[in-house]
Amino acid sequence: MLKDITFGQYIERHSPIHKMDPRAKLMLLILMIVFLFLSHGFAGLSLFVILLFAGIALSKIPLKMFLRNLKAIWIILVFTAVINLFYGSGGVLLVSFWKIHIYSEGVKRAVFMALRIMLLIMLSSLLTYTTTPNDLTDGIESLLSPLRFVGLKNAVHTLAMMMTIALRFIPTLVEETEKIMNAQKARGADLEDGKLLDRIRALIPILIPLLISSIRRAYELAEAMECRCYNGGEGRVRMKRLHYGKVDLFAAITCVFVCVGIILANYYINF
Amino acid sequence: MDNIIEIQNIGFEYDDGERKKTVLENLSLNIERGSFTVILGHNGSGKSTLAKLMNGLNKPNSGKVLVDGMDTADTETEIEIKRRVGMVFQNPDNQLVASIVEEDVAFGPENLGLSPEESRARVDEALKAVGMYEFRQKSPHHLSGGQKQRIAIAGVIAMKPECIVLDEPTAMLDPKGRAEILKTILKLNREHHITIVLITHFMEEAEQADRVLVLHKGAILADAAPKTVFNQVDMLKQVGLDVPQTTELLFQLRSGGADISTDVLSVEDTAETIARCFFLEEN
Repeated sequence: MLKDITFGQYIERHSPIHKMDPRAKLMLLILMIVFLFLSHGFAGLSLFVILLFAGIALSKIPLKMFLRNLKAIWIILVFTAVINLFYGSGGVLLVSFWKIHIYSEGVKRAVFMALRIMLLIMLSSLLTYTTTPNDLTDGIESLLSPLRFVGLKNAVHTLAMMMTIALRFIPTLVEETEKIMNAQKARGADLEDGKLLDRIRALIPILIPLLISSIRRAYELAEAMECRCYNGGEGRVRMKRLHYGKVDLFAAITCVFVCVGIILANYYINF
Repeated sequence: MDNIIEIQNIGFEYDDGERKKTVLENLSLNIERGSFTVILGHNGSGKSTLAKLMNGLNKPNSGKVLVDGMDTADTETEIEIKRRVGMVFQNPDNQLVASIVEEDVAFGPENLGLSPEESRARVDEALKAVGMYEFRQKSPHHLSGGQKQRIAIAGVIAMKPECIVLDEPTAMLDPKGRAEILKTILKLNREHHITIVLITHFMEEAEQADRVLVLHKGAILADAAPKTVFNQVDMLKQVGLDVPQTTELLFQLRSGGADISTDVLSVEDTAETIARCFFLEEN
């Protein structure tokens, strides 16, 4: 059912990773991505592989869910690998054909680059699979809140409010789109056949009613919010407070160890 | 008499740039604290406009609207007026803000700047009052229309209002949802002593009210207890409203020659009246 789609990819489980504070997850993910790109060699990447698999095991989410996300980007992976294949010029010459020369260094580089992207995607999936979109929004709002000191208080609040409302209305608008499509089909609209241009043109009678009804909804929602004493977030106090817990501390320490490991690996192991 | 809302000689007109359209003219109305008032009216009678005037969402072009003595035109008391007079609209989908039930109910208290503990307590209390406490962690789009509308009501109760104005809250619901909402409204009025102003075009919902107002083309045509209003069958039909089925039946019996009282509303009372009437005739 189209109605049951949820924005985001949250998978409900009871695990220490799920229990982590969304802010901690976001910050640690950003830290890990930075170090992922600072890492020079396979020794460093192997640390991330260990970290990732430990995270996946703890999250109780099957590995194949993570691999599924890789399938979506296989073109990028192959493209990156192929480009890098011709790049390096060190090591043993493996293939020499016309103007194309592939060295062992190039192969190593291709594998390294592809592995790095795979790790990037899978680490990010660990965040999106274990955090509800709502928690993610709260986390982002909280992390961005220091911006209020540079006069961007309203911007942060507005952004968070927009994300909350978007999350709230995605299922509603999906349902509405289905209704409009059915209504237009009942009037003989042909949405599936024809050339690409015809099919794009067939979308117009769906998008225009959807747009008009969204504007009407926005107006009604604004009135309802006003009736509930909303005045742009002035003096608003959130009911739910985020708490850092022991799990977050443990995760942070683990990540710091990984970072130290990367620095050491970059200096001492040249592989 | 203690009035929560006092509407004094108000006029209201829409101005769409080209021409002005008068919706309400020289209308006065008091809503007594703790009462249950139903406003009936056909489409275009100005009833939604009147509702929005009661908490300052609309401001009158002339005259005054006072909520607990505060003028709705005064910007300083705007928020306090909206807290005291809560509003529930027709489409439940377009008044829920958050994608988790309890977070939506917390929206009002959060805006009032209450402490998280106080907000929590009010949210739980409000959800229990509308019988939706078990659904607090659910997403509104998995709920029925009646349930969503009860969440919207809970969102208003969490602000601890004196009065709730409901603008056709049951218009988009199925009969089961309508019954749920009516039950909730009655409970809030009787047990929590919240003043209720219910705007509707379903006659059945007016039966339990203390007072029924009939609005037609921006003017009040009738203002009395439900039984009295529904006895004016000709007037109601003239303004495009239906009388409750029970009243309709009694009126038809009477016009058919039966000597019957038309002064009852509920199904049970009607049945009894009819039984008594024909039983007495036979003897």
